[in-house]
Amino acid sequence: MTANGWLQIAVFFLVILALTKPLGIFMEKLFEGRGTRLDPLLRPIERGIYRFCGIREDREQRWTEYAISLLVFSAVTLLVTYLIQRLQGWLPLNPQGLGTAHAAQGAAAMTPDLAFNTAVSFTTNTNWQSYVPETTMSYLTQMLALATHNFFSAAAGIAVAIALVRGFARHSAEAIGNFWVDLVRATVYVLLPLSVAGALLLVSQGVIQNFHGYTAATTLEGGAQTIAQGPVASQEAVKMLGTNGGGFFNANSAHPFENPTPLSNLLETLFIFLIPAGLTYTFGRMVKDTRQGWALFAAMSVLFFAGVLVTYASEQAGNPMLAGLGVQSQASASQPGGNMEGKEARFGIPASALFAVVTTDASCGAVNSMHDSFTPLGGLVPLINIELGEVIFGGVGAGLYGMLMFAILAVFIAGLMVGRTPEYLGKKIEQKEVKMVMLAVLTLAASILLFSGAGAIIQFAKNSWVNPPGPAVANLNNGGPHGLSEILYAYSSGTGNNGSAFAGLNANTPWFNTTIAVAMWVGRFLMIIPLLAVAGSLARKKVVPASAGTLPTHGSLFVGLLVAVVVIVGALTFFPALALGPLVEHLLMQQHKLFSMVMFGWWS
Amino acid sequence: MIVTQESSPVTLMPLKRRRARPLFDPPIVRRAVRDSFAKLNPAHMLKNPVMFVVEVGAALTTGLAVRDAFGGAADLVFTLQITLWLWFTVLFANLAEAMAEGRGKAQADTLRKTKTETVARRCKSGNRVEEVAASQLRQGDVVICEAGNLIPGDGDVIEGIASVDESAITGESAPVIRESGGDRSAVTGGTKVLSDCIRVRITSNPGETFLDRMIALVEGAQRQKTPNEIALNIVIAGLTLVFLLAVVTLLPFAQYSVASAGAGRAPSVTVLVSLLVCLIPTTIGGLLSAIGIAGMDRVMQHNVLAMSGKAVEAAGDVNTLLLDKTGTITMGNRQAVEFIPVDGIEEAELADAAQLSSLADETPEGRSIVVLAKEKYRLRGREVAEHEAHFIAFSAQTRMSGVDLDHRSVRKGATESVAEFVRGNGGIIPRELVEISDRISNSGGTPLAVADGPRVLGVIHLKDVVKGGMRERFDHLRAMGIRTVMITGDNPLTAAAIAAEAGVDDFLAQATPRDKMDLIKKEQAGGRLVAMTGDGTNDAPALAQADVGLAMNTGTMAAKEAGNMVDLDSNPTKLIEVVAIGKQLLMTRGALTTFSIANDVAKYFAILPAMFMVTYPVLGKLNIMGLHSPESAILASVIFNALIIIALVPLALRGVSYRPMNAAALLGRNLLVYGVGGIIAPFPGIWLIDRLLGLLHLA
Repeated sequence: MTANGWLQIAVFFLVILALTKPLGIFMEKLFEGRGTRLDPLLRPIERGIYRFCGIREDREQRWTEYAISLLVFSAVTLLVTYLIQRLQGWLPLNPQGLGTAHAAQGAAAMTPDLAFNTAVSFTTNTNWQSYVPETTMSYLTQMLALATHNFFSAAAGIAVAIALVRGFARHSAEAIGNFWVDLVRATVYVLLPLSVAGALLLVSQGVIQNFHGYTAATTLEGGAQTIAQGPVASQEAVKMLGTNGGGFFNANSAHPFENPTPLSNLLETLFIFLIPAGLTYTFGRMVKDTRQGWALFAAMSVLFFAGVLVTYASEQAGNPMLAGLGVQSQASASQPGGNMEGKEARFGIPASALFAVVTTDASCGAVNSMHDSFTPLGGLVPLINIELGEVIFGGVGAGLYGMLMFAILAVFIAGLMVGRTPEYLGKKIEQKEVKMVMLAVLTLAASILLFSGAGAIIQFAKNSWVNPPGPAVANLNNGGPHGLSEILYAYSSGTGNNGSAFAGLNANTPWFNTTIAVAMWVGRFLMIIPLLAVAGSLARKKVVPASAGTLPTHGSLFVGLLVAVVVIVGALTFFPALALGPLVEHLLMQQHKLFSMVMFGWWS
Repeated sequence: MIVTQESSPVTLMPLKRRRARPLFDPPIVRRAVRDSFAKLNPAHMLKNPVMFVVEVGAALTTGLAVRDAFGGAADLVFTLQITLWLWFTVLFANLAEAMAEGRGKAQADTLRKTKTETVARRCKSGNRVEEVAASQLRQGDVVICEAGNLIPGDGDVIEGIASVDESAITGESAPVIRESGGDRSAVTGGTKVLSDCIRVRITSNPGETFLDRMIALVEGAQRQKTPNEIALNIVIAGLTLVFLLAVVTLLPFAQYSVASAGAGRAPSVTVLVSLLVCLIPTTIGGLLSAIGIAGMDRVMQHNVLAMSGKAVEAAGDVNTLLLDKTGTITMGNRQAVEFIPVDGIEEAELADAAQLSSLADETPEGRSIVVLAKEKYRLRGREVAEHEAHFIAFSAQTRMSGVDLDHRSVRKGATESVAEFVRGNGGIIPRELVEISDRISNSGGTPLAVADGPRVLGVIHLKDVVKGGMRERFDHLRAMGIRTVMITGDNPLTAAAIAAEAGVDDFLAQATPRDKMDLIKKEQAGGRLVAMTGDGTNDAPALAQADVGLAMNTGTMAAKEAGNMVDLDSNPTKLIEVVAIGKQLLMTRGALTTFSIANDVAKYFAILPAMFMVTYPVLGKLNIMGLHSPESAILASVIFNALIIIALVPLALRGVSYRPMNAAALLGRNLLVYGVGGIIAPFPGIWLIDRLLGLLHLA
């Protein structure tokens, strides 16, 4: 590891730290309806939307109405997205003629299962991509179906987080806000302005924005190259800011048109954490104790640095087998050393490791390097980050409500040890709350473990149409423990609504498209609905005034406790699976053993 | 008899438990061992999801062992041992519960013995009396009880006065007075009239008497899970499901790994069941109900009858404690603390006169004057009979008492009355007298003027004396985040002075029952939980409104019915102990949950490498305990998991040690002991069992 590497990481963190408070204050004012500086510009637009949609701004909803509004909104937009994809051949803004008879050679078909998977993926803020965008999606699909979801799914996440925080902040109240109002405000005031600014910044670095079809080019070597282009910058900013992660191109943020320079890379990394970090401060302001927000921020930071340390160290250490072959693995002025496989030369090891950790801490899923090519421990961190529930700053909104879920659990288990009914922020944590929290924890674990377990052993019949015949693991590029990591990663990423792929798994089959779609739907809504129920239940409660007998939830002790609960709940659930995947792979690598393309004699 | 103990109304107990029985009383243990087998009934186990999973696992491995015994399998001995220890795990948990129940059951048996069939003398219309069995008495019947009779049922004295031996209920052998009217009219069935004769109106039907309720309560027959217990059960049941998923899906992952490594075989069902049982929170699952029952039992050891576990749990959550001044914070009677002479009079002369006037005064105030004189001036009680002393007793008209002897007439009493007396004897009233009196009044005390014939000598300062150690206890309560409010009928001035001296946080002066009720409602509206004590019928509504209402056993039936606890010793200070027990109950649950989950870390390190020793020998690096074989590693973990339940039974029954301190300090300490300790403890434990298994050639 180099000083320069750590400097890059430090700069990143300090910028996030500096922006947390101002953005937090802005969002608190916005969602508490106290007016913001952008009102003169945006208030008319907001009002116009309400008038057009018939939304009554002053009418608040109970948690059930809030949840139903969210579900209806998600279901309708899901359907629209599905239809746009299926009908893209008949729709405009399709210079490549995708989905039509005169599509270029190599263009992929938009099958029903792929369209379904993609619609669910973007509706749930996952942005898992079973397709190669540049040969599958028309510009209209990208902009109208996918980019809009980048806004709406992110805004919905913010809305749910705010609703949960209102549950803590209010007392003896029935309502937790109005979903439609929260959705509009998050989109109009937060995501849109930031995306416009972000897109312009990215354009300044060379990110492209056009409606050209493919450009045929001849390379220096004389080879033929087809260069895909499109309206990239407008989608790129919100892809990061909304922790969506769905790339305009298959190579995602490793593609030079999406992420051309080290500065654009820093910006994109910052965009991921910006809103989630700001929301911790918003939370503190809303519950009238900013120390509570900083406590969550601190717990998230501890986990963030732990992840960066492990990944960066593992990637820089590289593969001992290469070192054994006499390859220089030390970083020097002339070369990066370590494990550069699957990484962009313009980013190097620290910025790639940082990006991988950040994108999985949050539920972003954009990648600027191949996680599949990371060392076993370097790849273990992204996997664990997702399996811990993506609560390390996390997805926009999703990170905050996920961390609050763990805070409730931590307070309940340890809070009893102070000799009182556990309380968090003056709200008693009782049956209803723990029931809902356990339901969410259980659902996430079940979705990841059951689907992965099935994926590890399921066999398809000779005439199967859902997947090529034979074992599902034949869809993997690698055998051995690495193959297990790949399959575990796919369902973790889906359930966790991350969307990044370890890669190495051919997931564009009806079986994987459908099961991963179910995992994404379950991971999103079976977490949100219980937490909205918690919000409703908390809002109804009275606030117990704090006293010396109250468990303090802002000190370093609580931060440590929260970190321990996040790690232990995650580790205990997934340790057996991880032990057989990345862990054993790491130990074997230390013994100079690798698994490559092992065929499965046992299966045949 | 519940508890035999010395009890006086002003006992100040430091936080300690007084036990009638040792924790492991042989008869209780014997019965508990028997019960723990009876509790294996799956219908009973279903109430405890964690242990039910263990039982199902044990049944499963039993089946496998039977199959292997006939089919012949190499690891039959291993399977048998695992099976055995899994059954032990269930039995140990049952034993813990049975032990906790056993103490209550033993008490219930003792109580039942007092419930002998008594004959009641029921009054019929006119003056006729008929003899009927006590079990035939109904609400509203009137019975006559004479000296030597057992009172046949709960009721109110409607005529007469009697001394009653209530030791059957309270364990306190000193008789109490019961009389018609007022707050001392309640009598309890099963107690014995020692003298005189009373008429009692029966207030409860057979089967609903105080004694019946008491038996049911100590026996735990109506025990319902408390809210916190239910919530905790949800968490540990949820965790059990999570671990079930982790273990069940380990099988396909293992099959995949075995296939790709081409070595070893997937773990057997026995091994998977072992891993599951080790991971699910069996420690807290096995001890949870024992902790609750033992908490109720501890309250009972303090001679407090809690009507529900919910009340005990609520006590731990209390934010505001309403304490009556008299009898709780102060001794309940005023005592002389100072002699203040007027100008020209020696303090010794005043003390002498004050003592003289009080020699025959048997009131607590009078006695305290004699005591003060003796302590301060070494004035001994004199034999006054030889002086032809004539004592004048206090009367409401004169508001004075005193003595006439040797041509002296010494008087003490209310300032105005004494002034009147002095003027009557031709004396003059020094202006100081009024000044001193006012000063004492203003400080919350009571002035008692003393005169000798025409001379005013000075004033005795009488004061409500705060019980020793109260300030410390209020400090402790404050540290725990509990606010104490003193309730008194005194004027605000007096109340403020005593409140300051006792160190309570707030006071309510000139309090009427209505004020008390309003205060409770106000606190509750602010989200606080309120505890209070009371004994009079006046208190009943407030006792019912409070979250924790501790009624005194000496109080009226109405008060006892309204509260959710009854203190058989009638000691209002007990409320503080009950709060501590409530807190301890919650802490014990939290501590064992944390410990239980923290334990899992070590078990993974023991079992996972053992499972895949052949498939991935490199995983042996996780075997940091150096356990000597896969079988022994798994067996050692299962054994440790079972033994830890037994090892923690005393902790579950006694409760974790508890000293009043603020929440942050408590959490830090308990996290260190039960969290960090819980992570570390199993490592040496499992290692030791592994060595023993090796030595005994069991694995």
